[in-house]
Amino acid sequence: MSVIEATTRKARARAGVPDGEPLLSVQDLKLHYPIRGGIVSRQTGAVRAVDGVSFEVFPGETLGIVGESGCGKSTTGRAIIRLENPTAGAVVFGGRDLAGLNTRELRRVRLNLQMVFQDPYSSLNPQKRIGDLLAEPLVAHGRASRKEAGERVTEMLDRVGLSAQFKGRYPHELSGGQRQRVGIARALMLDPTLLVLDEPVSALDVSIQAQVLNLLRDLQAELGLTYIFISHGLGAVRYISDRIVVMYLGKVMEVATTAELFANPRHPYTEILLDAYPAPNPHLRDKERTVVEGDVPNAAKPPSGCVFHTRCPFAQDKCRTEEPRLGGGSHAFACHFPLDAGRPTAASGNPETTKNPGVPA
Amino acid sequence: MSEPTTLTSPSTQTAAARAVVASLGKEESYLRTVVRRFFRHRLAGIGLFAFLAMILVAVLAPLLAPHDPNQIFDQFQAAPSSAHLLGTDPVGRDVLSRLIYGARVSITVSVGAVSVYVIIGVCVGLAAGYYGKVVDSVLMRVVDVFMSFPYFMVILILVAVIGPSLMNITLAIGVLGWPVISRLVRGSVLSIKNQDYVKAGIALGYSTPKILFQHILPNALSPIIVNATFGIANAIILESGLSFLGLGVRPPAASWGNMLSDAQSITVMTSQPWLWLPPGIAIFVTVLAINFVGDGLRDALESRETKSHR
Repeated sequence: MSVIEATTRKARARAGVPDGEPLLSVQDLKLHYPIRGGIVSRQTGAVRAVDGVSFEVFPGETLGIVGESGCGKSTTGRAIIRLENPTAGAVVFGGRDLAGLNTRELRRVRLNLQMVFQDPYSSLNPQKRIGDLLAEPLVAHGRASRKEAGERVTEMLDRVGLSAQFKGRYPHELSGGQRQRVGIARALMLDPTLLVLDEPVSALDVSIQAQVLNLLRDLQAELGLTYIFISHGLGAVRYISDRIVVMYLGKVMEVATTAELFANPRHPYTEILLDAYPAPNPHLRDKERTVVEGDVPNAAKPPSGCVFHTRCPFAQDKCRTEEPRLGGGSHAFACHFPLDAGRPTAASGNPETTKNPGVPA
Repeated sequence: MSEPTTLTSPSTQTAAARAVVASLGKEESYLRTVVRRFFRHRLAGIGLFAFLAMILVAVLAPLLAPHDPNQIFDQFQAAPSSAHLLGTDPVGRDVLSRLIYGARVSITVSVGAVSVYVIIGVCVGLAAGYYGKVVDSVLMRVVDVFMSFPYFMVILILVAVIGPSLMNITLAIGVLGWPVISRLVRGSVLSIKNQDYVKAGIALGYSTPKILFQHILPNALSPIIVNATFGIANAIILESGLSFLGLGVRPPAASWGNMLSDAQSITVMTSQPWLWLPPGIAIFVTVLAINFVGDGLRDALESRETKSHR
């Protein structure tokens, strides 16, 4: 696909990343929240929100991260741009580990990593007009005077599909979709190379979701952006992602290209996740589905061995004692007894829907 | 007054509000809502009017006062007459003139003290709430210490030690008043700092003071404004109390409190009401007016979330 190649080339050139090298690489990232108890508030345990996550993001691609709520996908996103400090592990961006940087260096490098937030209501300061919100990053970093910033703001508003009239409005005068466009515009004001999109469409109406997803795609091709797209909505992730990371209880279960993952899920959890998502074609819905029982275990006391064994229909003794490693290769999965490759599943029954823009979840 | 009434038959207050609104222009939609809500509160409108009148009197004192407040006439404790509308005091000074000049003291001390403590309180509260952890614990323990002082006694002693003067009373009240504000601010900061727009500010590399003062503080302002308003009323009473006890502004300067101290004698209380009634009423009316303004502001500012947030 020439569009994708062009995007990759553009993104690679902008970030100065050589061929075949990742733009960002997350290595064994851990983020534990301490639990304190007792009179002297000693640390008695930790909530393992993110527990040894590794993946790479290549220039110009969209990496989707999916999982049910509480699996640590948002925390991973926040840890990448250092809104939260990781307990251990490395986030290597442009050849440098962000953990090793001092505050000033970090602040500068981080400008290349921006974030779009889930809730378009709380992500914009209600006291500031849209024009000021968007001009602020440029002015604060001395990249433009107030006047020049005004022109850049008009350009950017146009780019995200809003007219210049919005400059004088306050966030509460905008709809959710419009606010999310402003959120995206603000993240783009400093020309970042990588955008962490934390559930950017989950709070929007379905029709608006499609619009915003299309906008994100267009912006990616136009500006050579790289995305990390975090969502629990499989439809949206499938529509926009080139590769997908499946997370469960702070760990990576499976990583594969979108087509591969939907066609041949190897991890039982992935299959259950895909099965839980209704097929767009109602005639395919009567296929037998694997349904998971029980709740996600407490992240402060994760199960031994494979963290999914408590709910896995195929769990064996080995799963309860030995933790599976995430295999290498383009289709990686962490399971002792992976599902057979190449058999049809509900989600792969209708390949045409893979890139259907009308059906984000 | 009930809401339907105001909607169908606009009162003078809402008409006044509309005039203010019109002058503010169209883009200040939030401010417009606040102004409209404020004036819907009838007493708040009257209170604001009374308070502004008081400030005007204080500013224009030399023009309004019929005599020099310190000029001594030959009639002592004279009853109100055409020459002295509110009579004269035991030293022979014109009571009305002293009352008018006294407004200056009350307003300077109260506004000055509140400004001092709002500034201190805001800075402490922002730091405690934003940085959390050790900074928060240490600052909040300091707040606890300050709050456990018997307020009036400490001010009395402070003023007694550093000497009674306008500046010193202002500072004494200001230095002791900040803990309440800092707790308020800290609470707001704790909830605001987790909002995504603050996180976005961090990701955009804004400096911490910029985030604190431009993104967090403006969103924490309403409770501060309301509290400061009540604080002004409180400070007027404190100053009067100190002056009444002889620890306020130094005589011969006039203040409502030291005028009241004349009422310490039974004769004055029973037979010369012109000496203590005017300053008493002045304090009462001013404090009441400011409290009404505070109530109105609270209603106007704090119901904001429901309408403009979503």
